[in-house]
Amino acid sequence: MANVTKQAIEPPIGGPLGKAIVWVDQRFPLMALWKSQVSEYYAPKNFNFWYYFGVLSTVALAIQIVTGIFLTMNYKPDAKLAFASVEYIMREVPGGWLIRYMHSTGASLFFVVVYLHMMRGLMYGSYRKPRELLWIFGCLIYLCMMAEAFFGYLLPWGQMSYWGAQVIINLFAAIPFIGEDLSVWIRGDYNIGDATLNRFFAFHVIAIPLVLLGLVAAHLVALHEVGSNNPDGIEINKDLSPDGTPKDGIPFHPYYTVKDTVGVVVFLAVFSAIVFFAPDMGGYFLEGPNFVQADPLQTPAHIAPVWYFTPYYAMLRAVPSELASFLPATQFYGVAIMGGATMILFALPWLDRGKVKSVRYRGPIYRWFLAAFVVSFLILGYLGVVSTTVWGQLPKGLAIVGGMDVATLVARILTAVYFAFFLLMPWYTRKDKELPEPERVTY
Amino acid sequence: MKTARFTLCGNLHALRSISAVALTTFTLLAAPAWASGGEVPLDKATINLNDQASLQRGARNFVNYCLNCHNAAFMRYSALTKIGLNEQQIRDNLMFTSDKFSDMMVSALDPQDAKDWFGGLPPDLTLVARVRGSDWLYTFLRSFHRDDASPTGWNNPVFKNVGMPHVLHDLQGTQVLTKAAEKPGHDGQMEPVMKLAVDRAGTMTAAEYDRFVADLVNYMTYMAEPARAERGQIGILVLFFLVVAFFVSLWLKHEYWKDVK
Repeated sequence: MANVTKQAIEPPIGGPLGKAIVWVDQRFPLMALWKSQVSEYYAPKNFNFWYYFGVLSTVALAIQIVTGIFLTMNYKPDAKLAFASVEYIMREVPGGWLIRYMHSTGASLFFVVVYLHMMRGLMYGSYRKPRELLWIFGCLIYLCMMAEAFFGYLLPWGQMSYWGAQVIINLFAAIPFIGEDLSVWIRGDYNIGDATLNRFFAFHVIAIPLVLLGLVAAHLVALHEVGSNNPDGIEINKDLSPDGTPKDGIPFHPYYTVKDTVGVVVFLAVFSAIVFFAPDMGGYFLEGPNFVQADPLQTPAHIAPVWYFTPYYAMLRAVPSELASFLPATQFYGVAIMGGATMILFALPWLDRGKVKSVRYRGPIYRWFLAAFVVSFLILGYLGVVSTTVWGQLPKGLAIVGGMDVATLVARILTAVYFAFFLLMPWYTRKDKELPEPERVTY
Repeated sequence: MKTARFTLCGNLHALRSISAVALTTFTLLAAPAWASGGEVPLDKATINLNDQASLQRGARNFVNYCLNCHNAAFMRYSALTKIGLNEQQIRDNLMFTSDKFSDMMVSALDPQDAKDWFGGLPPDLTLVARVRGSDWLYTFLRSFHRDDASPTGWNNPVFKNVGMPHVLHDLQGTQVLTKAAEKPGHDGQMEPVMKLAVDRAGTMTAAEYDRFVADLVNYMTYMAEPARAERGQIGILVLFFLVVAFFVSLWLKHEYWKDVK
């Protein structure tokens, strides 16, 4: 059926490489893909600082995959050998320390750039029609990253690896009826042990990365289908030149490839500064207690998750296990709030009823809610790192809150603010006094 | 630095205020995560991983005093060649419990004896400088005092009721913990301010003992992360390359973007 010979293209460059491209193109849609996805993919010309974080996420992902492959060559997923194999990598594998620090720093910076990337989407309404599915793929990527970080953190088999995993798996045990069995099923044992380490290794090095790569591909395909949003939140495809290309669009290549190169270089400079001069980042990227081998008989004095999970951890700790006298006392309320805080992101495209997309043209109520949301997330992140007694206690005499830890009360209020941003959104975005959007992008 | 970047991209309108709040919050986040050692203020250890003489003295101190009970099970004797010693020097002066050059630095102490004597295995010391920090070690090793109430006869305000006796007491001498003054505490009650004082001199003066511990801690810091000396040097080259790459890429970007109107 398909015996029609494809018309040979003109070689894009001279010499044998040009001939090779023609040869491949007759058998594979090479030039068509290049044009549609890169050299003739039109992106708005008004991208700002916030638009670097998409490409930087891809760079971070690539660093994690490449360094991860090399780590796997010397790491031993065995409770008896794991800790020593990491030290073997750090001391005796040539360049091993570099690979390991790149992986540990890459994990944290991956979250930094993805959080900023999500912030961008939030500010400029990049989740709004027609980009709902693009946003949902992004949320799924974020969930995968959290799973990937959680599974990976057990592998060095230090005290924080062990006890951090213990705390998180015990959260599943708080789920009513099935919790206990579920937690045993996750661990593969009644305690975290060799079976847990082996399965976490499998999830970390193959299962989750496969899903992650698939989702990243879907995220990019969806992006190129609907086109990029921009800081003005208006569609560039409304206003076309006679040749059918958007007036405010420029080809991704070469304009954004050269621009993104600058961003990538700056990112690599920050990345290298950490890898070479402060790989522990004062205990935020590599926690001191994790240089002690896992010991099931010795609980560390202070168990704190790595910084990228701390906003949710603060929410978990803030929710009391006894909500009301007629409800059973269980940690599940906190677990549900923590889970809800990530799941609610998926609903965002349908919660927002504003007419404009970008924060530039939103009304004052939205701006205040967004500011309150960002501040809540950051302060919750801080509170998740420190002990609940950090700000002392309220005076005993006060009604209801007397004697309570100040930090716990603040965490409860901020958790409410976090949810209010989403749950009140249908109301405040409709009611807000928005500014008119411009006809063309501001450049 | 961050503000400069924000200005570069411009057009942030209302976001400026959000960013300002966000930056303030980030500054809050910069407080240290691991306040180690409780209330005792820590003395600063002088760490210089390029001072090979200090590292060699520290290795000698470590092998002579620590390795009797503790292990450094992730460190090989052969790795000591990186601090300027040759195989013969290491064999002659530092290898007491083993005769294989590539062996790990493991104590001859029998684990069962350790349990009987100290109530548990002394912790491995390879990474302890990363766990506790160099300043903690430096302060801890200089803060032992006599305490008749403790099973070993020793105690330490940096690590209360530690199972380890003061193995360096012939060098430092013995100290006692005495009340130096009183100051008002959180709840208005007076709290004692405690001070360590030498009550019997050892074979070293205070300054010599501090030097001895400083060398030891310098070595232990090196042992916890041998790559630390090397990574700074490579880092400078990498950053230099990236600074050049930054200007080249910035120039390239400006050349291409000239025609975007």
